Amino acid sequence: MSTASRGEVSIRDLSKSFTLGGRPLAVLRALNLDVRSGECLVIVGASGSGKTTLLRILAGLEAADSGGVAIDGKPVHGVGSERAVIFQEPRLLPWLSVLGNVTFGLEVRGVPKTDAEERARFYIALVGLAEFSDAYPRQLSGGMAQRVGIARALTVQPEILLLDEPLGALDAMTKIGMQEELARIWSEENVTMVMVTHDLEEAIYLADRVLILPREKGGAARLIDVELPRPRDRSGSRFVRYREELLREFGLH
Amino acid sequence: MSLQRIERPVIIGTRGSGTSLGADFLRPGSRATFRFLSRYGVLVAFLALWQVSSSAGWVNAAVLPPIDTIVAALWKGLAGGSLLGDIAISLQRAGIAFAAAVAVAIPLGLFMGQVRAVETALDPILQVFRQTSALALYPVFILLLGLGEASKVFVIFWATLFPLLLNTISGVKEVDPKLIEMARVYGAARLTVFRRVVLPGAVPSIFVGLRLSATTALLLLIASEMIGANKGIGFQVMNAQYNFQIPLMFAAIVILAGLGLIANQALVSLQRRLCRWSNPID
Repeated sequence: MSTASRGEVSIRDLSKSFTLGGRPLAVLRALNLDVRSGECLVIVGASGSGKTTLLRILAGLEAADSGGVAIDGKPVHGVGSERAVIFQEPRLLPWLSVLGNVTFGLEVRGVPKTDAEERARFYIALVGLAEFSDAYPRQLSGGMAQRVGIARALTVQPEILLLDEPLGALDAMTKIGMQEELARIWSEENVTMVMVTHDLEEAIYLADRVLILPREKGGAARLIDVELPRPRDRSGSRFVRYREELLREFGLH
Repeated sequence: MSLQRIERPVIIGTRGSGTSLGADFLRPGSRATFRFLSRYGVLVAFLALWQVSSSAGWVNAAVLPPIDTIVAALWKGLAGGSLLGDIAISLQRAGIAFAAAVAVAIPLGLFMGQVRAVETALDPILQVFRQTSALALYPVFILLLGLGEASKVFVIFWATLFPLLLNTISGVKEVDPKLIEMARVYGAARLTVFRRVVLPGAVPSIFVGLRLSATTALLLLIASEMIGANKGIGFQVMNAQYNFQIPLMFAAIVILAGLGLIANQALVSLQRRLCRWSNPID
């Protein structure tokens, strides 16, 4: 019963504006959206469309001006243990080893060290870094560091994983590998994923649904269902058609 | 799992692999000699030049006595015990002042770096104090505290306080706010963020302050002992010069250099232990 509603997000009439050069700038205007339990929702939009702001509100790092977010029926105020965030930068503590970084989230929450380490080792292995448990962040490449960040988020076993352009800083080759990795982790972990990206191919590769945020005033947000079998074939004709559809949304095709 | 093939793991900076390139072709025995000379060659040459020019009469040996005479004076002073009392009193003055500066500057700096309002309010006066030479204030301290130990310790304390305080503040302020936000996302309370993120992040900068302060402590120690002291290494330098005991004067200077090197080396080793994660130290 409770597992059925695990990781459901409902966003109601959400609005947020910033002051830019003395003038208010609305980035989110009365947004309504339901994220289903266990789904992978990917948010795309031009820069300034408020996609990162939306994710930060979901994370509890920023407050909405009006409207609100509820998770499993409970309104969100601030950060919460049912959510974990993966940022664009790995944000590892340079003085802790890989193991120390991955246990960080659990230790902060008061999980005893040995339990935390046992769970951390499982997720370090899941992201393929078992041999590097004792390495320090400065010894890792960008892709490896980001995988440590992913393991740290998974280790707290969140219902909802929020990803803010997590692969945006990686090179093209590493990025494709990491997209496969994320798809695999998502299918194994039974977690709701909400991810922001500016990479349309990445969106189609990972998403159950793609949310397109409008840039211009008065534009409406659009949802596109990606009905492709997994694992997805990037060069398949249907994949390419989704890509063209998204490009049209941005007026680029 | 195709990832492992796409992305080669890179491990850099393993310690102890630092043989210099030029030494590779040498045999192990001469490799050690090579390493020693590449590091200390210039120093050895400097000392040799001093020794030769003094004993050959190129310079006035009464003003720049040969190295062996200085070493003899140093040995006499240490083994005979006459310099040991001076070393003890100097270490005591510098030690008390430095310890007091650490006890005040680090907690205050950690607090000031965290609370913007306090930092904003105190920064102007700190800048004024810092830019005012402690030596210029020494006469003021003498007026206030007398010519005894208190004014000496206080002037050293005063001068060592600021490098340590300012470096601690900047260390706290320069901790990446993104790391603090990351900790908050995992539900870390303010104190946990401080203990687990801010404090460790500020340690390298605190060590920069400690090393600067240690150098300053010795500098001010000598200056304060040159005015109105009758014991101490700084006093011995001045006193030996007055009495034209030039080898003894140089012996005292050598002790000062030694104390500076030891203090710095102790801090560097401590820093290596505490900050193995940060960039290797020069």
